[in-house]
Amino acid sequence: MKTILIGEYREGKMLDATYELFGFARQLGGETVMFLVGDETVLPAYDGTLYLAEAVQCGEYNPELHKKLLLETVQKENPDNIVFIHSSYGWDLAPRVAAALKVAQVSEIVDIIDGGFEVGCCNAKMRRTVTPATSRAVLTIQTGAFPAVQPGGTPAVIKISSDSDGSLTFVGYEPADKKDVDLAKADIIVSAGRGVGKKDNIAIIQALATALGGELGASRPVVDAGWVPHNQQVGTTGQTVSPKLYIACGISGAIQHVAGMKKADFTLAINKDRDAPIGEFADVLVIADVMQFVPALTAKIAQ
Amino acid sequence: MKLLVCVKQVPDMESRFKPDASGVWYNEADLAFRMNEYDEYAVEQAVRLREELGEGTLLTVLSIGPDRVVETIKKALAMGCDNAVHIQDTTVSAKDPWQIASIIATYAQDKQFDLIFTGMQSQDRGSAQVGVTVAELLKFSCTTTIVGFAYDSCTVTTKREIEGGIKGVVTLKTPALVTCQLGLNIPRYPTLPNIMKAKKKEIVAIQVTDFMTTESRVTTTHFHSPMKKSGGIVLEGDVGELVDKVRAILKEKSLVLR
Repeated sequence: MKTILIGEYREGKMLDATYELFGFARQLGGETVMFLVGDETVLPAYDGTLYLAEAVQCGEYNPELHKKLLLETVQKENPDNIVFIHSSYGWDLAPRVAAALKVAQVSEIVDIIDGGFEVGCCNAKMRRTVTPATSRAVLTIQTGAFPAVQPGGTPAVIKISSDSDGSLTFVGYEPADKKDVDLAKADIIVSAGRGVGKKDNIAIIQALATALGGELGASRPVVDAGWVPHNQQVGTTGQTVSPKLYIACGISGAIQHVAGMKKADFTLAINKDRDAPIGEFADVLVIADVMQFVPALTAKIAQ
Repeated sequence: MKLLVCVKQVPDMESRFKPDASGVWYNEADLAFRMNEYDEYAVEQAVRLREELGEGTLLTVLSIGPDRVVETIKKALAMGCDNAVHIQDTTVSAKDPWQIASIIATYAQDKQFDLIFTGMQSQDRGSAQVGVTVAELLKFSCTTTIVGFAYDSCTVTTKREIEGGIKGVVTLKTPALVTCQLGLNIPRYPTLPNIMKAKKKEIVAIQVTDFMTTESRVTTTHFHSPMKKSGGIVLEGDVGELVDKVRAILKEKSLVLR
């Protein structure tokens, strides 16, 4: 079995999640080859073959061109699997490659059990076991689901390049919002999720944070709704935090949120849905209405 | 200008899910269905563009599924879509993303759409494949996960959401397809007058067999609950007692309290 691993590079750096591809490949077995649009001076610690296109020339985001380069690599290497990280880069490029190759794609794999790929569904509350019906397959793996493995060594680089001909132009990056509140340094974070119900109720969550001497955080839906500023968002597109105590109030526990808080020493979740995925990560799951429980806890602590 | 927005009807995610008789998908009994959340943002963005461009622009909403999806189509019409296509399919959940994308592309290929909007993924299956695959099949320019959108004379300017809170600015020439992320806009609630108006809008029903040309490329063998990884404590009951228990736990961990 041969697998092509698609590394990721952004703003001059190899992304750490790239090494999770090796963790996945180790479970798959067989030989690996890597494909990367990156930089010759920032090579992965990997002793295999690396097909490398220069990001300066090919763009960090140019899916039409990256697809073309990858298809050429696939033609040379004839792999069984083509594996991406399920990221803004991977979920964008993978379906294009699968469509061009006319092969199966399995998205956001979290585990391999008896040769079947486990993928989340129904907002991560359930799982499906999926197998490709084509002999070759495009796969994307969930960030954090497989261990990061550094094979070590220096790759044998095969340089590749091609000219862009698409109708898509990557203009550039817009930086993240300024972090007025540095949640990364907080020991205690009390976060509000969709379960708080409405904007007015944020004050109730804030009151618990204040009573505990902690900071207010929030999950994505709450930020999208404009209830809490973006600089307090915890998760993949917000801040990654590692407090001593994390209290998740009415947060279902989507993987994008969990990725930002799973390093907390101790997690208390309050949710009325006992099947909410946050239960899998919480040390204590309190099944209750957030708006009843949180004010009562705040009052108790203030005593 | 011709616009298309594709929507999926999904169960409320607060529901409890159980396997159906096939064992490979959820049992639909007792589930309340609604518009896929990502698609609400797609509809809102398409309607805004429709309003901005005014007369001469036609916005069609498309959904695939059994008769229940007509409710979701009606919502999109009440939000401001002009007309609708219901691709009737009672076995839609047995089809994989490749087949769904093929059905949409087969429908769209001779309709001269300039711009197609989809959600970035569905809440139930969550493959994030359908939109991009439709674009590939139609040879449309495509970008995904947009949280910003502007249109000006055949050029679409989008902001893509990237990990860590940064955004990538991407421009596309039409014909193009964009997949919409949560937070792109604030989807409107249909007003009563618009719900009434929507009743007069045309919903064309077409049998899925007319567009069904492909075999599935993945096989689902099992639908199940995740194995619980952690040995976390689950507490429930009277709020007063819960508060005492939680306070005791926090105290024991000497995290916060004396």
